[in-house]
Amino acid sequence: MTLKNWKERFDEGFFLHADDNSPARYRILRRNIIILMILITIIPLTIMAVINQYEYERSIKDEIVNPLRTLTSKTKHSFELFMEERLAIVRSIASLYSIEDLSDQKTLSRIFRVLLNEYCCLIDLGLIDTKGIQLSYTGPYDLLGKNYSQQDWFQEVVVKGVYISDVFMGYRQFPHIAIAILRRAEEGRSWILRATIDTSKFDDLIASMGISPDSDAFLINREMILQTPSRFYGKVLDHCPLSFPTGNYGAIVVEEVDPQGREMLVAYAPFAKSDYALVLVKPRSKILQSWYTLRSKMFLFFVISVVMIILVVFKLTDTVVKRVQEADERREFAFREMEHTQKLSSIGRLAAGVAHEINNPMAIINEKAGLMKDLVSYKSQFLEKEKFLELTDVILQSVERCRTITHRLLGFARRMEVKFEVLDVNELLKEVLDFLEKEYLYRNIDIRLQLAEDLPRISSDTGQLQQVFMNVLSNALSAVEAEGYVSITTWDEDLDTIGVSIQDNGCGMSEETLRHIFEPFFTTKKGYGTGLGLAITYGIVKKLGGDLKVQSYEGHGTTFTVYLKKKTNN
Amino acid sequence: MTKPKLLLVDDEEEFVDTLAERLHLRGFQVLTATDGEGALRLIEKELPQVVVLDVMMPGQGGLEVLQQIKTRTPRIPVILLTGHGATADGIEGMRLGAYDYLVKPINIDELIKKMLEAVST
Repeated sequence: MTLKNWKERFDEGFFLHADDNSPARYRILRRNIIILMILITIIPLTIMAVINQYEYERSIKDEIVNPLRTLTSKTKHSFELFMEERLAIVRSIASLYSIEDLSDQKTLSRIFRVLLNEYCCLIDLGLIDTKGIQLSYTGPYDLLGKNYSQQDWFQEVVVKGVYISDVFMGYRQFPHIAIAILRRAEEGRSWILRATIDTSKFDDLIASMGISPDSDAFLINREMILQTPSRFYGKVLDHCPLSFPTGNYGAIVVEEVDPQGREMLVAYAPFAKSDYALVLVKPRSKILQSWYTLRSKMFLFFVISVVMIILVVFKLTDTVVKRVQEADERREFAFREMEHTQKLSSIGRLAAGVAHEINNPMAIINEKAGLMKDLVSYKSQFLEKEKFLELTDVILQSVERCRTITHRLLGFARRMEVKFEVLDVNELLKEVLDFLEKEYLYRNIDIRLQLAEDLPRISSDTGQLQQVFMNVLSNALSAVEAEGYVSITTWDEDLDTIGVSIQDNGCGMSEETLRHIFEPFFTTKKGYGTGLGLAITYGIVKKLGGDLKVQSYEGHGTTFTVYLKKKTNN
Repeated sequence: MTKPKLLLVDDEEEFVDTLAERLHLRGFQVLTATDGEGALRLIEKELPQVVVLDVMMPGQGGLEVLQQIKTRTPRIPVILLTGHGATADGIEGMRLGAYDYLVKPINIDELIKKMLEAVST
């Protein structure tokens, strides 16, 4: 199928056709309005919600992440300061004293004691020559004469001149670090001063960060070995299960899932001059709790808004489309009504013209025939007098019939003035029935009266109502067979209206007949009906401000219902 | 009772002549006119006891003629013939002073009855 065909199909399905009056038209209208309204309300709302969410998330994260980074950096600086200080002491001693002084066990012990008073955490102090032999030592261990030449740290200090060890467990199973400085004397002799430092101070520094019980902070080295005990991730010298970006970019914050499966925010600050890094771990959910709360509130708000919009749109569209449909129907009804009235009035005018024109020749025929009759009956001894008089009588009778027809036609066309008076419809119906008594008694038709006793008197025109009921009742009587029935019911319809129904069990009418019964000259009484009775009746009832309804089933009978206003409008 | 002298006015000559003949047969003295002017001339000249006047006439209409009759000779009764169903012109004519009105085509006996009534009052 080509693109064009698809487009046509889409157009047919989506757009309205002005001349299309089927229910589909309103379905399509309803659907289009709903889609359009939902789109123009929900799309901006969604965009707003997404932007809001993104902006909020960014600012809240910044607000939470930044203090984390700052705290980590600050503490890292404390660590570096501490290390730098210890390194400076060792370096100063190495510079201030000659190898001879330091080789002397007593001098070394004195220096160590002074240092212990001023600086915490020193465990021991020792002098090692370039061959790796411990020349002197002061501290809790007996390390004099120990050879370090094969150890890694010794190699490094010889090459780089300074060495800071990772944390290790000393002989007393306490975590320590060792600091070593290579001193090159002028005369070419070099020596190494090595100090061991207790890392309990590290714990103090971490404690000073004041972290909450669900958070963790520790030092690690480049190999991810814990240098201080961790609350969640193991003891000193255990391997840290978290992974960090390599390289030195200053303090960074990353999100990570720890081995317990918790989502953590991890602040990572590598030291500038050593292989350590300070790590601060906080549960992400805890930190972003406020954000999650806000987000779920926002989401709830969004969902409720969308649901409400959809409900309102549906309800509103239903109402609007229903109104449109009702308006269309009313308009169509008014058009039909107007058309009908137009038809009746134009036919009426035509009829009046015809009737009037025919009246004069009729009058002439009437007089000529009358004269013929007069001549025969007054004067002549005409041979076929009897026959002649019979003929003139038939002419006069026919003229009389024409007269009736033209009079009714003119009556139909004329806009008679209505004389209103207060009258009792029940009484009026009985009077009309009296006129027709001969006909229904003769044919043995059962007249069933069901007249409301408390029927209010109404303001209307007696003569015209008589004509209305006379017409409807004669129709009913002529529709029923002998032994049939005609039932007349009156009731109080509502505050302004009374109803009169005239029901018969006669031959009924076809739908085709029913469509035309109020049109002038439409008759089923071939040969003797004028086809004006119901047209006049309808005209009168409408003019009196009432309404005339008819229901009929072929073979089962007809019901005429006349609704009359209790009071006149003017 | 003496048959009164009457004037028939109608633009249809055939109608007027035939009706005149019929009335004549019944012993009336009948004058005829086919327009308003002729009618007024005859009234002045002959002084009929009753006038039967068609409402619908070309030229001077029946109601106009009626008014002139009523101003000139208010004592002569006028019976109108109308082509219309019943009320409008008839009632208007009665208002202008006509004795009664009849609807065309007329019944001659009815006309005679009305004329006799009109003359006797």
